[in-house]
Amino acid sequence: MKPTPSFNRSLWVYHFNSGSCNGCEIEIVAAITPRYDPERFGIKLVGSPRHADVMLVTGPVVKKMKDRLLRVYSQIPDPKVVMCIGTCGISGGVFYDSYNLEGPVDEVIPVDVYVPGCPPRPEAIIHGVVTALAKLERLEGGSA
Amino acid sequence: MSEGKKSPYIVPIGPTHPALKEPVMFTFEMDGEMIRDVDFAPGQTHRGIEWMGMRRNPVQIVHLTDRICGICGVSHTLAFSRAVEQITEIEVPERADYIRTIIAEFERIQSHLLWAGVAAHELGFDSLLHLTWRVREQSMDVIENLTGNRVNYGLVQVGGVRRDIVPEQHRIIEDCLSAYEGLLGKLLDLFLHDKTIAMRCRDVGLLSKEDALKLCTVGPTARASGVNVDLRQDYPYCAYGDLDVRAILPDQYAGETRGDVYDRIVVRLLEVGQSCGIIRQCLSEMPAGEITAEPKLAKLLAICKKARGEAIGRVEAPRGECFHYVLMEGKEAPASWKVKASSYSNLMSWIPMLRGEQIADIPIIVASIDPCLSCTDRVAVVRAASRSIYSKDDLHRLSVEKTRRLQQ
Repeated sequence: MKPTPSFNRSLWVYHFNSGSCNGCEIEIVAAITPRYDPERFGIKLVGSPRHADVMLVTGPVVKKMKDRLLRVYSQIPDPKVVMCIGTCGISGGVFYDSYNLEGPVDEVIPVDVYVPGCPPRPEAIIHGVVTALAKLERLEGGSA
Repeated sequence: MSEGKKSPYIVPIGPTHPALKEPVMFTFEMDGEMIRDVDFAPGQTHRGIEWMGMRRNPVQIVHLTDRICGICGVSHTLAFSRAVEQITEIEVPERADYIRTIIAEFERIQSHLLWAGVAAHELGFDSLLHLTWRVREQSMDVIENLTGNRVNYGLVQVGGVRRDIVPEQHRIIEDCLSAYEGLLGKLLDLFLHDKTIAMRCRDVGLLSKEDALKLCTVGPTARASGVNVDLRQDYPYCAYGDLDVRAILPDQYAGETRGDVYDRIVVRLLEVGQSCGIIRQCLSEMPAGEITAEPKLAKLLAICKKARGEAIGRVEAPRGECFHYVLMEGKEAPASWKVKASSYSNLMSWIPMLRGEQIADIPIIVASIDPCLSCTDRVAVVRAASRSIYSKDDLHRLSVEKTRRLQQ
């Protein structure tokens, strides 16, 4: 069954912390609270990866979280879009020379949208989700 | 028919779970709905920050300490800077001390409001989560105005601060403070006089004063159990010596101390009001003058490079005492650096709190100590891919050996 366009546009987001400093976490939560309120567009955080269209990954992927990241990634149904939030997930950032990193994120799972910043502002995160939406539509257009 | 083992059964939660904001692994031993025993394994956010710090110079490290924890970054930076300042004998200008105090208190305000929202969310009271987070945005605006960033401020530098507070900013701060003081009564009313919150939080997650002392809990978790500790009162640093700061205990509000989740809400909300008072006092008493002892970074690094000695920096973070030990041996990078974050002291109190409670109370009890695991995860022992677990005696022996080694 093909979902209707309005159903399609309501993005559900799953957030995965791969060893972040909490800075990006609080900005993600700040982004879903009333000042920014993306829920009016149907964008919301969900608790299970099986319900999600988009995966937000924060943190530089520490050793212990690599397998969990792969498992959670495989649990999200296709088509899916992965967003990497924060500089440390993109390049390692200030943690670039740590002995405990498996990252950056795109060496573990494929990343579609990068949101740089340490941490990025809530506006930047929402802009990232909008970019992810465009990519998701393109992916679905290709598979239909 | 073989009789399977029915009780107790094991419920694993984590490391990634919707109820947890950060990765941590819990193993609950359940007897029906009741928690019989609990074990937890932190360490999923270990990034080896101290190891990296021992390869960088103090000016670089202050930006690393900001990123130990995104919520209480100033506390870590301040504790580290204070340790380095003691070793290098840099005298911090008085104005810088006041600016540090102001930003530390703003951090406390936003951290406690953040916590209050998370606690409401864990109880299933999402409208209150959204209200507190909307209110919190105002302090984030002020922090952004003062430091240039919403999180990871990078304001504190060894020897002082990097930005001054100019007279035009006083008005913005004052507006924010009076808004909070007006709102605090409403927040207290919503959190403390709500029937649902009282039913879910009263006598839930009890931590007795004896246990709190025995387990060395710190900060609001200890104060909610009636332990009168607050570094700002006991060992004043920065501008706190000039101000009158008294530890907030739940009996000041409710007339009694029970050491439950409700008392932890009381302490944190009252501290928001206290922080507003401290900031206001700092603004009116802030002396004029320099904001840093050494504005030229090259000179500052040269001073640090020559320094020898060890020191401890202690700061009352929003979650309790944050402790940094630094040893410098005349090199660019510190020879040793140890961080003991406040949550590290508080995590063990989970065990007496959770024992005997129901499974549905896990999220609020776990959240009630305001755990910050990115602060806590400092030690990882991996040896040739086999994991070894150190007992307390082993760790103690290692610690003694290290002290001896450093003394040589």
